[in-house]
Parts: sequence; structure tokens; C-alpha cells
Amino acid sequence: MAIKFWLRRLFSHIDLPLVGMLLVLMALSSAVVYSASGSSMDKLLSQFVNMGVALTAMLLMTLLPPQRLMQFALPIYVLGVVLLVGVAAAGDVVNGARRWLNLGVTRIQPSELMRLGVPLMLAWYLHTRQEVMAHRDFALAAVLLLIPVGLILKQPDLGTAMLISASGFYVLFLGGLSWRILAAGAVSLAAFTPIAWRYLLHDYQRQRVLTMLDPTSDPLGTGYHIIQATIAVGSGGLSGKGWLHGTQTHLDFLPEGSTDFIFAVFSEEFGLLGNIVLLLLYSGIIWRGLTLAVNASSLFGRLLSGSIVLTFFTYAFVNMGMVSGILPVVGVPLPLISYGGTSMVTVLVGFGIVMSVASHKKLVKT
Amino acid sequence: MKLPNAHEELLRFSSRIRIAGLGAGLFFLILLGRFVWLQLIQYDRYHSLAESNRIALVPAIPARGVIFDRNSVILARNFSAYTLEITPSKAGNLEDTINRLSTLVHIDDADRKRFKRLMAESKDFESIPIHTHLTEAEVARFAVNRFRFPGVETRARLFRQYPFGNSFAHVVGYIGRINDDDLDALAESDQDANYRGTDHIGKLGIEKSYEQWLHGHTGIEKVEVDASGRAVRQLSRTPPQAGDNIYLNLDSKLQQVAETAFGQMRGSLVALDPKTGGVLALVSEPGFDPNLFVDGIDPANWKELNDSPDHPLINRTLRGVYPPGSTIKPFMALAGLQLGLRRPGEAIPDPGFFTLPGSSHRYRDWKVGGHGMVDIKKAITVSCDTYFYGLAQQMGIHRMHDFLTQFGFGDKTGIDLDGELTGLMPSPEWKEKRYKQPWWPGETVIAGIGQGYTLATPLQLAVATMAIANNGVIYKPQLLRAWADTATGKMHYAAPQILNRVELKPEFVQLVRDAMVQVTQPGGTAAAAGAGAPYLFAAKTGTAQVVGIKQNQRYDAAHLSLRNRDHALFIAFAPADNPRIVVAAMVENGGHGGSTAGPIARKVIDYWLLGKVPNAPVTPVDAPPDSEQEDAAPAEEPLVAPADTVPAITAPAGAVPNGH
Repeated sequence: MAIKFWLRRLFSHIDLPLVGMLLVLMALSSAVVYSASGSSMDKLLSQFVNMGVALTAMLLMTLLPPQRLMQFALPIYVLGVVLLVGVAAAGDVVNGARRWLNLGVTRIQPSELMRLGVPLMLAWYLHTRQEVMAHRDFALAAVLLLIPVGLILKQPDLGTAMLISASGFYVLFLGGLSWRILAAGAVSLAAFTPIAWRYLLHDYQRQRVLTMLDPTSDPLGTGYHIIQATIAVGSGGLSGKGWLHGTQTHLDFLPEGSTDFIFAVFSEEFGLLGNIVLLLLYSGIIWRGLTLAVNASSLFGRLLSGSIVLTFFTYAFVNMGMVSGILPVVGVPLPLISYGGTSMVTVLVGFGIVMSVASHKKLVKT
Repeated sequence: MKLPNAHEELLRFSSRIRIAGLGAGLFFLILLGRFVWLQLIQYDRYHSLAESNRIALVPAIPARGVIFDRNSVILARNFSAYTLEITPSKAGNLEDTINRLSTLVHIDDADRKRFKRLMAESKDFESIPIHTHLTEAEVARFAVNRFRFPGVETRARLFRQYPFGNSFAHVVGYIGRINDDDLDALAESDQDANYRGTDHIGKLGIEKSYEQWLHGHTGIEKVEVDASGRAVRQLSRTPPQAGDNIYLNLDSKLQQVAETAFGQMRGSLVALDPKTGGVLALVSEPGFDPNLFVDGIDPANWKELNDSPDHPLINRTLRGVYPPGSTIKPFMALAGLQLGLRRPGEAIPDPGFFTLPGSSHRYRDWKVGGHGMVDIKKAITVSCDTYFYGLAQQMGIHRMHDFLTQFGFGDKTGIDLDGELTGLMPSPEWKEKRYKQPWWPGETVIAGIGQGYTLATPLQLAVATMAIANNGVIYKPQLLRAWADTATGKMHYAAPQILNRVELKPEFVQLVRDAMVQVTQPGGTAAAAGAGAPYLFAAKTGTAQVVGIKQNQRYDAAHLSLRNRDHALFIAFAPADNPRIVVAAMVENGGHGGSTAGPIARKVIDYWLLGKVPNAPVTPVDAPPDSEQEDAAPAEEPLVAPADTVPAITAPAGAVPNGH
């Protein structure tokens, strides 16, 4: 009796349609990771462990009321900024970028914390200012966004900086940032781009963009990834080469086949039809997520949920765009498909928050 | 105030969410468009790109045909061994790579030098051997350390080996790495596709002449490769078709008998089967080891072979040209008889010299005081110069030229080996063209004893002798006896080809034959060489002068340096009544033909007819005459003559008759 009751409570904040689609996606992930790793049972099991950990984290997040979450917003943000400053001052350099902070016991990548920390902070800030919201508040929120983004750009980590900017921007956009400012921002961004290109981007970042525009200019370097990934996707055709039969994958022409370039494996083996199914699944999750966001009871909840779901979309789009050769190569995994624990935990914790926010509204009302 | 605000705020949020959702949908549609473009519209292109990534066509190299002698003794064979090869474009610092490799595999100085030479001849992406014939231990050691050496690999390859080493170098030849010239030639003959993956080609001898048959047809293996180029599995295979095995007319034992007979002497020998033109032996001494050339000869060995004063790389049988000397006399005799200028039994007195009408210059016989009364038979037997001076003068250079040309003098014999020289049968027309000078009567006189401008290769002498042995029929000398078609397993025999049928009266031929038999009998010039032969041994000696002897000097071997001594010549066939072998032998600086070349020919014929195996090289015997003639042009240094051009003949003072 008691166990049944607790079980019921445990799953009471779950949104079945959303979790159903997430599980289908993860099932696909198992299949593709198994193929991409050359039928490695070890890798598959380790991915199962990642999924288990991530699902548990998601479940726990659904139980955390948004009010409690709000209390964490400022501390997490401040901690994140402090750690980022620490990275800038004394971080470890790996592959030419200063991203890791050695805490003695373990090494952490503080920018990962800010993926959720930034939208949390901005949503909380706009929530507290909702009665008196003015342009001034958006300006301050923008500053709160730019501090960590600037620190991450400095590392340099263009991909993460852009995705965190996007998640912060989604909060501001959903929070009602006026169209005039949006237009002005778009114009100044367009004006700023050449300057950033010239002075702010690192050589390797410029190279990546250039290579994306013409992969054949560097067929043995960065271009190799793009060329081979595009060949994998294109040669998949309408219905794909079949599971475990992707030649690009299994003959090692695809680098990083189970992580950032896993979409190429999926595309090669399941073809255009598989891609459509994947796009539909992602669309369904986004649709359901946005619906839950609209139904949230507080501004904080709506902004945070909306931002999380749109960020999820952004990850998916950027990854697929990069693998199919229309976006530059940035280190972004395909959410819920790519092999790896960190990304899976981050994404599912996000969806845990979305479900928590949506299901705790009644409690707030009463 | 608060409620409407909240409501407004919610409405605004919903509209923004809708806009965001629409935006997301739009972006996904862009992706969908991209997928349709790549996977439907551009599918063919990417499909073929993926296929060419995946599939490699690997040529399957055919085994080269084996070369046998007439008794199926192997003269050239294949064996499999490992080579260590470097692809310079992939290897980075070559010097460093080779130094590190030398700690694992024995790499000596010769290896390094050869590698450098091959590298200069090859393209960067070609794989070049640094060391051949690795031991199993070396292969294993390298395999363990392979990861440290990008661009370096061991390859199992079929090697060519010539088990007899020096003995057949000039006949069988050798294969060597394909160079740019070979590639051009292959491309020109549309053979390049068949040579994909092959890196050796026949460079000399039979290996070159029958390259097309020996090479075979390259197969194709379709394999699936991974990104590092490693073959993962075989998809399909068109097997290669091995080259045809080739059987030569050569008898390896006979060849070795001849080789042994030469000992330390330089020279050459050709033995032919008069019934078919089959080449039974073709010896050019000194030889060289063809095995040195297969994987590129190292500079030290090359220098030694190329700079040697003995010229071991030159095939003297077909690239050495010498004045035929007295070996021309049997042919002159046939000319005299056939043209009606001489009749059998008709004798003339020989005072020991000949003078042209109206001139006091004496063309001396080799024998002071002369041979007394000499008929045509005796003229051959004792090699009477005076007799042939007179005959030549009477015949005139035109008739002499036209008659002797029928025996193949001055023209290639057409043997199935590259690089044969034509020799020279002079005529006034030739001299006018060559020197813009008129023909002097004295030049006709000395041409009658095979001196002056006349030049012949030992092979030409053998071929011409075949006419006497064969009643005028001359077969083209052929090394090829048969070939085994690997596709069908059938043996094909090479048909004898008649080169010419010289119109000769049988009784004249018989007379000349008898005279040549007398040559090896007591009183003949080759009596020593012929002593005790249990068969009818027909022969003629000859001497080719190396330096000119002045009118008033005598040839004195003791006062001439070794390399200025006369070349010894000898033509023979036996048994005279039913010839089974024709031999032409030449010993450089060997003095008189009967003393050195004769005994060598005798051993060869003894082996062929009697199966007698000699156990020691020939020791020059002292044949009676020191020299057979004097007033003669010296032999042009024959070994430097470029292919297909007649060497310039510079007649020293005293050589050109001056008294007319």
C-alpha cells in the first residue's frame, strides 16, 4: 500500500506524451550508438547507464517545485560566474582552449553549469520584475546574460557561448522584449558581425566557418569531417543502407561517429524516411514542451520552460545543420541521440523542470 | 490592474511561443529541404562518392612466366619474399625513418644508395624498396614496430631469380623496375592498363624480347577498404592469368661447357642447330650476374661492371663486330666456284705475295715464301692469302659484295634478341657515302681475306656457316623453342624460319666442306684443335688484327701488349657429312684462331655430339702460324659501337695499300 502510494507520488508530475516521445528518441539512440560504435556492447551498456542516470535526474527534477527552483537561480548564477572567472584566471588548457577548472578533486567545465544557470537566472530576474517591467529591466537582464557569455567566448568556446546566448535570448524574447528593440538588435548584430569576424574570432573559428562554406578547401583537415558526413547523409538516399550497414560509418570514414556526428550515421542507415521520423519526433517534443510552457502558472515557469524547449530545438537544429553541411562545425551533440552522459543529463533535467513547472501550477493556485 | 496585466502578459507569452514554434518549424523545414537535396536529388553523386570511398580496385599481379632451356632446366624463376618499402610522400623525414629502421632491419650502405637512386627515378607516392629479402625475424620485428613508421610497410612480392647467375645473363637478360621510358612505351602500345601494379619489366635478353608473353594478364580484385586504406573484405576477383612459360633452344649444359672452356679469356661463342636455326649456346665472356639488376643495381656494382675494361655488359655475340679475317675464305671460295672464276683442281703458284697489275706493292701471304702450287681446296686448308687476293681482284668488289651479302653479312640475322648490330659488307657505294672517297683496287684485294672494312658479328659468322653446312639453306637463328600457353596448357613450338636460300651447286659445297674438314687434319691450320676428333670436323680459322702492322714490320705477339694482340676467330660444323651443330667462336686478343678459339669450339662440339664433359678451361695450344696475313686494317675496337650504326673505321698508316 505504502509503496504504491509513494510510487504514485514519484510519478505524479510526469507528462506521459512528452516522456513517451523522449523514450522513443532514446530507444533510437541505443540503436544508433550501437551501430556507430561498431556493435560495441560496452558502449551500449554505458549509454544505458547514462540514460538511467539522466532519467532519474529528470524524475527528481519533476518533484522539485518551481518555487524551490527559483531560490536556486541567483546562487547557481553567482557560483557559475565565479567559476568562469576562475577558469579565465587559472583554468587548464585542453586543445588550445581554457575551459576546465581543476578543483583538486576533480575537473569541471563551469560553462556546462551555465547552460541551465543562465536561463534560470534570467527567468527568475524577469519574474521578480514582472510588476514593473521596463526597458531598464531588459537591459539589466541583457547584462546578466553577457557576463557569462563574454567569459565563455574568452575561453574560447564559440559553440557554447552561442547556445547560452540563445537560451538567454529566448527568455528575453518570451518575456516580451519589444519588437523595436529586437529589430534594433538584429541590425546592430548584422553590423557587429564583420567586426567580430575581424577582431574577436580566433583563427580556428574563422577557419571553421570558411571550411563550412567550402569544405573542399581543406579536404584533409576540418573539411574532411564535413565532406565525409555529407557523403554519409547523401548516400543514405530515401530509405538508407539499413541498420549496421552504413559503409561510411563502419569503414571509419566518419570521425566522431557516435558523438557529434551521430546524425550522419543515423542518416546513412535510415535515409530520408528516418530523418523525417526524427524531425517529427523532435517537432512533437518541442510542440508538447511549448504547450506545457504555455500552461505554466508563473512567469518564471513559463519563461524557463519556453527557453529550455527552444534551446533543445536549437541543439537539434544546429547539430543536424552542421552534419548536413549548412552550419559550421561546432561541438554540439544531437540531443538525446549522441553518446555521452553530460548532454543527456542536461537535456533531461531541463525536461524535468518543464514537467515540474507544468504540473505544480495547481498547487500554487490552491 | 494586476489581473488584466497578468492576462495580457499571458496572451503576449502565448503569441511569442507561437512565433517561436513557427520559427522552429520553419528551420526544421529548411533542414528537411537540405535532406531532400542531399538524399534524393544529389543521391547518385553521394552514392558514388561513398562507393569510391569504400571500394578499391586492387590489381592482382600475374606470376611471370618461367624460362626453361630445351631440357626444361630453369633459367629464370620466381620466388616469394618480403621487401621493406617506403612511400616517401607518407614517410616524413626519410633520413630519420631509414636510420630508425636500420635498428630493426639490416640496412647497409648499398641499400641506402640504391634507395636514393630509385627515389630519383620514381614518383613520391610510389612505394620504393629500402631492403629486399627480409628474414622472418626481421618481418616480425618490423610488424611489432610498424606503428612507429608511417609510410613504411612490408610487402610479399614475387622475385625473379636467375639460378645460373653469370652464365645466361646475355641471353635470358633480366627484369628491372619500370622507369619513365618503359611507362611511355607501355602507354604507346596500350599496355599500361595490364601493367597496373606491376613494377618490373623485361629490360634485356629473352626477358625483354618475350615480355608480352612472360608478363601475363593482370587480374582485378575488388575489395572493400576502410578509411586507412586497409582491405576489409574481398568483393569480387578476376584472377590474374600467369605469363606463358618459355622454352629456349639453349642447352644449359652446352652453354656451361662453352663458358668453362673460355676460362679467364674474353670472347664469345654461338652454337646453332643447322637443321632449324635453333640457338644451342650463346656465350659472351665475361658475363655478369643478372640478379644484381632485378631490384635496381647498387652504384658500386654498377660502376664496377660499367667501367670494367672487359666490358662484361656487352653481348659480344651480337654487338661485337670484328673483321672476319680468314673465316671469310670458304665463302670467297664458294663465290669463285659459283661465279665460274675458279674450277676445282685448278692450281696456281703462290710466291708468297700478290701484286696488283702496274704496282709494286706486295700483299704478303702469312707464310713467307708461299705455299707452292695451290688449288682452291688447298687454299682453304692452308688458308692461303695469295690465292684469295688474286680471286678477289678478279671478282671485283661488286660481285663480292653481292655474293657474300646472300650469307647475311652486313645485315641483321633477326635473332630474337634486341640490340643486334649489322656488321659491314663494304661496297664502293657505301664508301662514297660514308667517306666521300673512291674505292681503291687494293681494298678489294684485302677484302678477299676478310680484312679492311668488312665487319661481322660472331652470330653472323655462325649463320653464314650454316649455309655451308646446309647446302645453302640459312635458318633464322632462334632462341625460342616453344611456349606453354597458361590459359590452355598447350605447348606451341616455334617453327623454323628460312632466312635465305643461297643458290649453290652441291658439288661446290661438298668441295668447300671437304676443304674445311682438311683444316682440322694434319697440315691444316686447326690440326691441333681437330686432333683425335671421332667425327668429321669441318672448320676454318681466322685472325682479326687489333693494330695495324706497317709494311716492313712483322707481327710479333711477344712485343705487343696483351690487349693489342689479334682476336682469334673460328667457325666450324660437325659432323661434316650430316651437320648437327654449327659453331662460331671468338677469343679477344686470343692470337691465332686455331690456338684458342678452336679448342673451345671443339669442346662444345664434343659435348654436343659425344656428351663429353670437359673439366678444365682451354689452355691455348701453340698452333704453327703466328699470323695469317698482314696488310690489313686493324679491327675497330668493337665493343663501343653504338647500336645500329656502323662503327667508323680509321685505317692507320700502312693499312691502306699504298702502291697503285
